[in-house]
Amino acid sequence: MLDDFFTRAIIAGVGIALAAGPLGCFVVWRRMAYFGDTMAHSALLGVAFAFLFQINLVAGVFVVAGLASLVLILLQRQEALSTDALLGILSHSTLAIGLVMVAFMTNVRFDLMGFLFGDILAVSATDIALIWGGGAVVLGVLAYLWRPLLAATVNPDIAEAEGLRPERARILFMLLMAAVIAIAMKIVGIMLITSLLIIPAATARRLSATPEMMAAVASVAGAVAVVGGLTASLRFDTPSGPSIVVAALALFLLSLVRLPWRAKRGAM
Amino acid sequence: MAMNEVQIMATGANAVPAAAQGEGAASGRAGGAGSDILVELVDAGIRRNGRWLVRGVDLTVRRGEIVTLIGPNGSGKSTTVKMALGIWKPDEGTVRSKPSLRVGYVPQKVAVDWTLPLTVERLMTLTGKLPEQRIREAMAAAGIEHRAKAEVQTLSGGEFQRALLARALARNPELLVLDEPVQGVDFTGEIAIYQLIREIRDRTGCGVLLISHDLHVVMAQTDTVVCLNGHVCCRGAPAQVLESPEYVRLFGARAAETLAIYRHHHDHTHLADGRVQLADGTITDSCGHDHHHHHDHDHDHGHHHDHHGHDHMTAEDIRRAKGNA
Repeated sequence: MLDDFFTRAIIAGVGIALAAGPLGCFVVWRRMAYFGDTMAHSALLGVAFAFLFQINLVAGVFVVAGLASLVLILLQRQEALSTDALLGILSHSTLAIGLVMVAFMTNVRFDLMGFLFGDILAVSATDIALIWGGGAVVLGVLAYLWRPLLAATVNPDIAEAEGLRPERARILFMLLMAAVIAIAMKIVGIMLITSLLIIPAATARRLSATPEMMAAVASVAGAVAVVGGLTASLRFDTPSGPSIVVAALALFLLSLVRLPWRAKRGAM
Repeated sequence: MAMNEVQIMATGANAVPAAAQGEGAASGRAGGAGSDILVELVDAGIRRNGRWLVRGVDLTVRRGEIVTLIGPNGSGKSTTVKMALGIWKPDEGTVRSKPSLRVGYVPQKVAVDWTLPLTVERLMTLTGKLPEQRIREAMAAAGIEHRAKAEVQTLSGGEFQRALLARALARNPELLVLDEPVQGVDFTGEIAIYQLIREIRDRTGCGVLLISHDLHVVMAQTDTVVCLNGHVCCRGAPAQVLESPEYVRLFGARAAETLAIYRHHHDHTHLADGRVQLADGTITDSCGHDHHHHHDHDHDHGHHHDHHGHDHMTAEDIRRAKGNA
């Protein structure tokens, strides 16, 4: 079964979606969409470093994206510039530096479009192992962090006062984001990773009554988007990464439709 | 981490021996035994951007004691509370708390993003698992049980405040910390909430650290008042504090009058021991009454006659307080 490139793509994509769903909920709740974008953009810098130092691509992206988030936390503490402006600076400069570095490396064959928009149809069995193994670790750590992270999302002062160590939870959460970006980059590409985090979570919002339920629904919505998008991409010969995002968007729009049995939930 | 013993060495200023702080005015309940101390600030201060937000704060909250911080905007009340809770580390002085102290905290501002599906019920277990029974009781006590299934974003300001209070109470805290707990709550609810806080203190023996602007209401429910304005201006039992010149300077004679009048009201209820018509008479009645009991009130008394414009207001206050008592 794993011999078929399409099946491999589906298995890999679903694995990513399951991990990205709950993580994406926190990105939405904490209003970190642009932050996620910034980390994703810094991934290209990670790719460049990986080529430069001949290290594993996923490891390179994880380290650079993780560092980018830590730098941002430190800069935020200075309170000299707004987070918004800091993100803008960090996001585009890491992307630009990555592109410039890559341009110097004339000796490597470099599929830029693949990194930017994903190349899910070239997924290997090793990639699948990495995605499912990494995804399981990410979800495990997130489950462990769930209460402190949720409390810190509602109010970091309450979390700190009541002994939940919100700062530690926040830093670990950043690393989880970096990990998901690193393992998802090959699937949907740097430019579209944030959408896989955010759109399924936004879709889940209207269908969920508790944070836990929203996390689960986001995973399912993401998985459905992957299967739908890849199927459509095969059928209509469209690029796989963008097709997944379009499918996710379609699901989101569907979730906005007010069904009769949900009408009494009112102004949600 | 935060609630384990936090000790930061004094960075220059005099380190004052523990327990010996001037809380003599605290109620007898406080006892003075070191083991009763839940949290203690000694000469603590916070500096931000080259400016001291608050400095030289000595503050102790003991088991069963209600301590209220009052002071103008920007006087460092919330900052002091955050130091006491270990949210902010003091830049000088020490903050110590009982190891593994169980805290229930209602911050001044909580904004929940509407994308987070959070019902009142789910809010209750935000920072830890709790028995169902206790969640029900806390919601009922705070008067928010009927909204248990509602998403917190749909609550009114006063309802949300009650939900936050219920959450803090449900934890059965040893130390209850409330930063302006009645914002947005209507006047009747306000008095009820302060009474509830007192009842909970009486029943569970927890310590309470409170920030409030509702001077006239909160005074009655407080053992110790600490008046802040970048530093501790004055402290003591409510009656002592409102006598102090620093207090009058800070809040103005008008506030002192309000408090004095409130105290009259309080005296009445106290004397009558539950079954008395509260001085349904005029100001002169209550003033005369007060005068009768406390000689040191002559000063306040004088004020009323000097400023007739205020008489009307204070009479109003009494009527309001009465109506809701």
